[in-house]
Amino acid sequence: MSRTIIIRGAALADGGRTDILVRDGRIAELGGSLSAAEAAVIDADGLLALPGLVDLHTHLREPGYEQSETVLTGSRAAAFGGFTVVHAMANTSPVADTAGVVEQVESLGEAAGYVTVRPVGAVTAGLEGRQLAEIGAMATSRARVRVFSDDGRCVDDAQLMRRALEYVKVFDGVVAQHAQEARLTEDAQMNEGSLSGELGLTGWPAAAEEAIIARDVLLAGHVGARLHICHVSTAGSVDVIRWAKARGIPVTAEVTPHHLLLTEDVVRGYDTRYKVNPPLRGAEDVAAVRAGLADGTIDAIATDHAPHPVEAKDCEWAAAAFGMVGLESALSVVHAAVVQTGVLDWTDVARVLSSAPARIGSVPGYEAGIAVGVPANLTLYDPSAERVFDRSALRGRSTNSPYLSAVLPGRVIATIHDGYPTMLDGELLDARTIATAREELQHG
Amino acid sequence: MRHLLSTKGLGREQAIAILDVAEDMGDVSQREVKKLPALRGKTVVNLFYEDSTRTRISFEAAAKRLSADVINFSAKGSSVSKGESLKDTAQTLASMGADAVVIRHPASGAPQTLAQSGWIDAGIVNAGDGMHEHPTQALLDAFTIRRRFHGAAARGRDLDGISVAIVGDILHSRVARSNIWLLTALGASVHLVAPATLMPVDLEGWPVTVGYDLDRELASGPDVVMMLRIQAERMHASFFPNAREYSRQWGLDEDRVGRLGAGTIVMHPGPMNRGLEISALAADSPLSTVREQVTNGVSVRMAALYLLLSGERESSEGEPVEEEQSA
Repeated sequence: MSRTIIIRGAALADGGRTDILVRDGRIAELGGSLSAAEAAVIDADGLLALPGLVDLHTHLREPGYEQSETVLTGSRAAAFGGFTVVHAMANTSPVADTAGVVEQVESLGEAAGYVTVRPVGAVTAGLEGRQLAEIGAMATSRARVRVFSDDGRCVDDAQLMRRALEYVKVFDGVVAQHAQEARLTEDAQMNEGSLSGELGLTGWPAAAEEAIIARDVLLAGHVGARLHICHVSTAGSVDVIRWAKARGIPVTAEVTPHHLLLTEDVVRGYDTRYKVNPPLRGAEDVAAVRAGLADGTIDAIATDHAPHPVEAKDCEWAAAAFGMVGLESALSVVHAAVVQTGVLDWTDVARVLSSAPARIGSVPGYEAGIAVGVPANLTLYDPSAERVFDRSALRGRSTNSPYLSAVLPGRVIATIHDGYPTMLDGELLDARTIATAREELQHG
Repeated sequence: MRHLLSTKGLGREQAIAILDVAEDMGDVSQREVKKLPALRGKTVVNLFYEDSTRTRISFEAAAKRLSADVINFSAKGSSVSKGESLKDTAQTLASMGADAVVIRHPASGAPQTLAQSGWIDAGIVNAGDGMHEHPTQALLDAFTIRRRFHGAAARGRDLDGISVAIVGDILHSRVARSNIWLLTALGASVHLVAPATLMPVDLEGWPVTVGYDLDRELASGPDVVMMLRIQAERMHASFFPNAREYSRQWGLDEDRVGRLGAGTIVMHPGPMNRGLEISALAADSPLSTVREQVTNGVSVRMAALYLLLSGERESSEGEPVEEEQSA
């Protein structure tokens, strides 16, 4: 495809309508009736142009768990969902706790070319919660890691958490905490409440999340370092973060699409697709995380895309793995959960799915949204579509989506990453086309 | 009946119908030849992922009295990481032509997973799943209560007006859960008594009253006092300070059993920890139904297997499990 693209007649989040001229990887011009020699034209009539989506929380599984996902397959799932940046979580094998691993993941992302892959570094060596990982080496490596997380595990030790926060502040890094008090959640299977009692599943109490968040915002305030809270799931967590922000503590937070849409009631049939950590919560919690997103207490939506092989879910509830794939469904689920319900408008969606997560992850080029001169990272979305979400809507290696056979609104039609399309007319471009485009961009 | 997975959702009429069939089965067990040809040629598999000799032999006796062939499959020790998956085991049993699978599993919901998986077409009977349900235990308890209070005129009757105190480890008890749903569906009132650590933290929507004081509960004059077993592992996890304190506060000791009215019955699902949750005096007193419960267990399990396997099997296609149960 030509390196000049005209996107014709796209709707903008603020209600305007424009052509978008993309040239040499950047947005060159905005306005009506744009023209350029040898430009490829994308007809965006009826489509909404959003800035490229940025995911702060993605499990790409490579290295080590390639039967679930690889950097390539996860990148394709991301592009198919309208993402242009993903943050690859550190719980791989080996763990991303050294410069070598994060550089490898970054290179694999670069080679795949579908999205920008920003590795997340482990906070502690081996995610074991005992001593700091080589945070400085990862920060100064070619991968320039800025987000550190033991996600999947909580940094339990308060002293170690304090040290991590202090250590990352010198290069404006951020510690992303998976807030889960370990003793309160031993063998926990679902949200603790009346339903967990009925189903006989060990409960995961809201207090186990809220207690860690409360501790960590106090630590972040004390040492003046950036703290990010992964996948906020309870009303109490929203209250604690709101309190912390009011006090000026440098804390940010994310919520997943599934915690914005689904409640624990779906667990009733022991369908393991709904087993996720933190667990799906009650209706009041869903209302609270939506309200927190609307008032800015929660900064970003992040998928927590967690691919698992079939056998990890094709079993009894207690034996099943935690997690859902989420990249391909994210925008439609957000559309259903917070746009159709009037909680957010599309300008807000652009903020919580693009500029805010980019800011938290220190990813440049997303501050201004769709503007002349910025790198051309764009998502064209058809908000009027409606579809039964099925296997054909997934592009990663794993199919553990809770939305299969659900009706979801909207559909991503095209994704532009650094000026070249990764997806057009609702279908991904093939790997060779992408690699060539990437090559051209880098070497002019 | 396609499966018997839980008592939650079991309607009053259906529950009474099962208990009435169990009465018929009980009559068979009084005969010299304790055997019916009803399930000749059917294969019942007892798939036990936990040790439970009592429940397994009860199901085995029930199946044999109905002339079914019985295969005992002890899967204890096999775990997903080490051994065969539930799916593979189920498909193996399906290939061998199992008509019914009686499953005991440490994971709550495993019987339901099996029933809705498509891995096997057999009727599934839940013989206890994790902390979820143990429906045949509740049915035999209801059967025992009905017999004690209505005697020979029990057929067709419910448990209207009968008050039942369930005492002990409610939190971890599948017996308690199944009894709560079944006994209340039959019209009984259920009161839970336990230390707060062994009570589910949120009982919103449960058709029960909750108390922490056994003496106060006994003073209210319950018709039935059902004592639950305290598992040894609870003693080391700070659910209560020690066995002595538990026994003093929540055990049915000699003093307490002496205060029970003559018409009260004392139940225990077994196996009992004599001297902990129940005194020897209580266990062996005329108020105790412990041995009747064992006898009635066979009748109730015969009824369950008979209803699952006799006549035309209901189709499994397109019918959600819960709806079938309440139909």
